[in-house]
Amino acid sequence: MSHHIVEVKNLQHIYSDGTAAIKDVSFIITHGESVGIIGANGAGKSTLLQHLNGSLEPTGGSIHIGHTPLTKGTLPDIRRTVGMVFQDPDDQLFMPTVFDDVAFGPLNLGYTPADVEERVTEVLELVGAGHLRDKPPYHLSGGEKKRVAIATVLSMSPDILVMDEPTNGLDPFARRQLIKLMRDFKHTRIFTSHDLDMVLELCNRVIVLHEGVVRADGPTLEIFNNDKLLSECRLEKPFSMQGCPVCSSAIK
Amino acid sequence: MASIHKAVLDLKSLDLLANGNSSVHRLDARAKVLVSLVFILCVVSYGRYELAVLFPFFIFPIVMISMAGLPPLFILKKILLLCPFVLAVGIFNPVFDRQILLHLGPLGISGGWVSFASILTRSILTVGTGFILVGVTGFTAVCQALEKLGMPRVFAVQLLFLYRYIFVLTEESGRASRARELRSCGKKGLGIHSFSSLVGHLLLRTWQRAERIHMAMLARGFTGEFHASRQSGFGMPEIRFALIWSTLFIFLRLQNVPQLLGSLITGLNP
Amino acid sequence: MHMADALLSPTVGGTMWAVSAGTIAFCSRKIRRDTDDSKIPLMGVLGAFIFAAQMINFTIPVTGSSGHLGGGMILAILLGPYAAFLTIASVLMVQALFFADGGLLALGCNIFNLGFFPAFIAYPFIYKKMIGSQPSVTRLTVASIIAAIVGLQLGAFGVVLETIFSGISSLPFPTFVAVMQPIHLAIGIIEGLVTASVVSFVYKARPEIMQSAMESHPIGSYSVRSVALAFLVAAIITGGIVSWFASTNPDGLEWAITKVTGKEELDGPKQGLHAALSTLQERVSFLPNYAFKKPAEATNVVIEHTQPLPSVQTGQKAGAATSHFETTVAGLVGGASTLVIAFLIGAILKRRGQTEYAKKRSEQTGNCKP
Ligand SMILES: Nc1ncnc2c1ncn2[C@@H]1O[C@H](COP(=O)(O)OP(=O)(O)OP(=O)(O)O)[C@@H](O)[C@H]1O
Ligand SMILES: [Mg+2]
Repeated sequence: MSHHIVEVKNLQHIYSDGTAAIKDVSFIITHGESVGIIGANGAGKSTLLQHLNGSLEPTGGSIHIGHTPLTKGTLPDIRRTVGMVFQDPDDQLFMPTVFDDVAFGPLNLGYTPADVEERVTEVLELVGAGHLRDKPPYHLSGGEKKRVAIATVLSMSPDILVMDEPTNGLDPFARRQLIKLMRDFKHTRIFTSHDLDMVLELCNRVIVLHEGVVRADGPTLEIFNNDKLLSECRLEKPFSMQGCPVCSSAIK
Repeated sequence: MASIHKAVLDLKSLDLLANGNSSVHRLDARAKVLVSLVFILCVVSYGRYELAVLFPFFIFPIVMISMAGLPPLFILKKILLLCPFVLAVGIFNPVFDRQILLHLGPLGISGGWVSFASILTRSILTVGTGFILVGVTGFTAVCQALEKLGMPRVFAVQLLFLYRYIFVLTEESGRASRARELRSCGKKGLGIHSFSSLVGHLLLRTWQRAERIHMAMLARGFTGEFHASRQSGFGMPEIRFALIWSTLFIFLRLQNVPQLLGSLITGLNP
Repeated sequence: MHMADALLSPTVGGTMWAVSAGTIAFCSRKIRRDTDDSKIPLMGVLGAFIFAAQMINFTIPVTGSSGHLGGGMILAILLGPYAAFLTIASVLMVQALFFADGGLLALGCNIFNLGFFPAFIAYPFIYKKMIGSQPSVTRLTVASIIAAIVGLQLGAFGVVLETIFSGISSLPFPTFVAVMQPIHLAIGIIEGLVTASVVSFVYKARPEIMQSAMESHPIGSYSVRSVALAFLVAAIITGGIVSWFASTNPDGLEWAITKVTGKEELDGPKQGLHAALSTLQERVSFLPNYAFKKPAEATNVVIEHTQPLPSVQTGQKAGAATSHFETTVAGLVGGASTLVIAFLIGAILKRRGQTEYAKKRSEQTGNCKP
């Protein structure tokens, strides 16, 4: 299934005000991988992700999704392949009700109303938001919004799932639910997060971004064991790897 | 700020009312929009000195409120905040129109007061009908109904976006102005300069949000077409609802019911 | 200065509805055809922004009282005439439905007064002309202020004309104009100042926004032509109303003129549509005589209106007064009874609704039990 490969080559992005958010980023992610992109605030994670479905245009370098270069002409196809969950769910939920919102994508893909209905019901159950179906988005809590936002993307059955801080603002139960959901997703997953425990749990590979460049790219455990690298990039070990001071002292 | 802030809160509660599930709520929105328009047209078509003939029209808001289970006090309170412009203009009627129009025994009442009372009554009826329409239908459904009745889709979609983001943006601006108040150490006014930078920032953030929303739409296969997802039918209940009410309004408009009833009760013949 | 249902006649309200609906349809088609679809969410979100911005008050210089942004001019500057018109219309629609600003019938008037003038008159003919191709902060400020003043003056004049033509208010035209125009002059100056300061903030922070706003709707011959066309249509429709007034009532035109010149301050409702409807009423009604003496019926009464209220029972009219008294009492008693009946029906329905609801609920909870 080579069409799920994501290849980023010497990507560069300079915002119109002159901020160089991405200076030089290259990596290849193959099918079925689950990759966490971590880094301090302002490291360029969101900027990087927004390139993957053409929301931002690179100022330098190139992106291939499944060997297809990302250009204006290939954009519609690529957007169908890459499902993107934005950082702020309010940007993603713009329709009058949760149902309409989740149905927006499938309707654009030309599904029949019956198929849309089925699809929407299915994904809402999947993210545990079935009961919210007829509510307007502005009457939802932050975590509920997030779950519905994820449903809007899943409803289009993407081959590559890209999420910007998916667990941000979720309660522990919903977070757990989301982690399970992402583990069950069969295709490529790429996400950014400050929730390093989730990264540890879900990813076999981590890319560390620092001031617009890739500082490290490798197996999760290897990176989280490199204390020097972590502190240089304003990061920490996940809590579960730090060892609980209370319990460990009790054992000793 | 307080008043608009409150208005937005009210807007939320009015919007929640529309989630009800009474027989009126379930009707297709088009029927309710049409009936409301016929109602308003009938009410405003009376001459300026007509007052008692307006009273029978209260049957519509009252029946709607009770059938739909809307909270009467909430609606009443909202109606009583009558548009100040109406009051400001209406109060001039007694000033300029002093001719005695009506004799209640020794007491003469001027045309101005009669027409002022008429304006107030119209105001209550028309404003109340607007609130009730939203309360039993919901803004979204009203928009969709208007679209089916011929409103351009671009405009309908735009209305939906507007309504969706009122909540997000008013909260944002509420936070911004609260943050400013907290740092202004009790100084009251906001000068034009700091106002424009506060509002300007809000505007820029809004603009960026619009760009992100557009990206999110594109990311989900948006090609400029909006697809209607739900079909609702204009069936028998809707036809019945529209016919019964419209007939009643037109009947009331053509017949002076208070006069008929009054002469029956009092035995006075005109 | 929202126009309200209660002050409107169906003719004026209906005409303005038609005019505004036509303009909305026209603008929607323009937007659909000429602009990219990123503008649709932008228009919606900027409409919501107007509500948000109105929550923030500023101190009005000199007076010390506080005011807030109106928003019409700022939308025109940022979005161009067509998108701005639609956005203003949508803001007004939300205000009509939720904030009781105006009403459903008055919506047509309000969209025209507050949308058409800033978007299609003040923006293209004043703001754009004054700004030219090299905007500077001074130019921007002056242009915004003058454009806002002109837009609001025209809008306020629209309100006056609509009110006068409707004939529900007794305000004489000169008084009304003398009150409305100066108030809106003050509002216009402030609106222009605030608009200019926000716009120049945006211009400094993100010049490309303003640049694209200016490029996307050049003041070519086309837009002038379409504005002229819209004007022509409006003129024809207005002319239509006036001549209709004249034809249904021989002295309708004269009435309009006396209204406008303010010579005769008091006049009855028996003109135009009111006359048509009340003759209709007289024809079909069993009891056509309504208790309220209409001044047009009793022309000999007109002299009285300058006298103080209680001293009116003159001998010549005592007889008429008694019979009027009877019909009045009948009318009022009847009116009150209809109100009581309406409330009774409401109460009964409410009772029934509640028992039904309770029944349904008990059924549902019954079903849900494991
Ligand atoms: N629209 C923009 N215009 C100009 N600069 C921007 C814009 N968006 C982001 N930046 C800048 O680009 C850099 C990277 O931002 P980005 O949002 O990608 O960071 P991030 O890694 O996602 O941070 P966080 O963890 O806080 O979400 C930051 O320095 C930021 O200030
Ligand atoms: Mg980010």
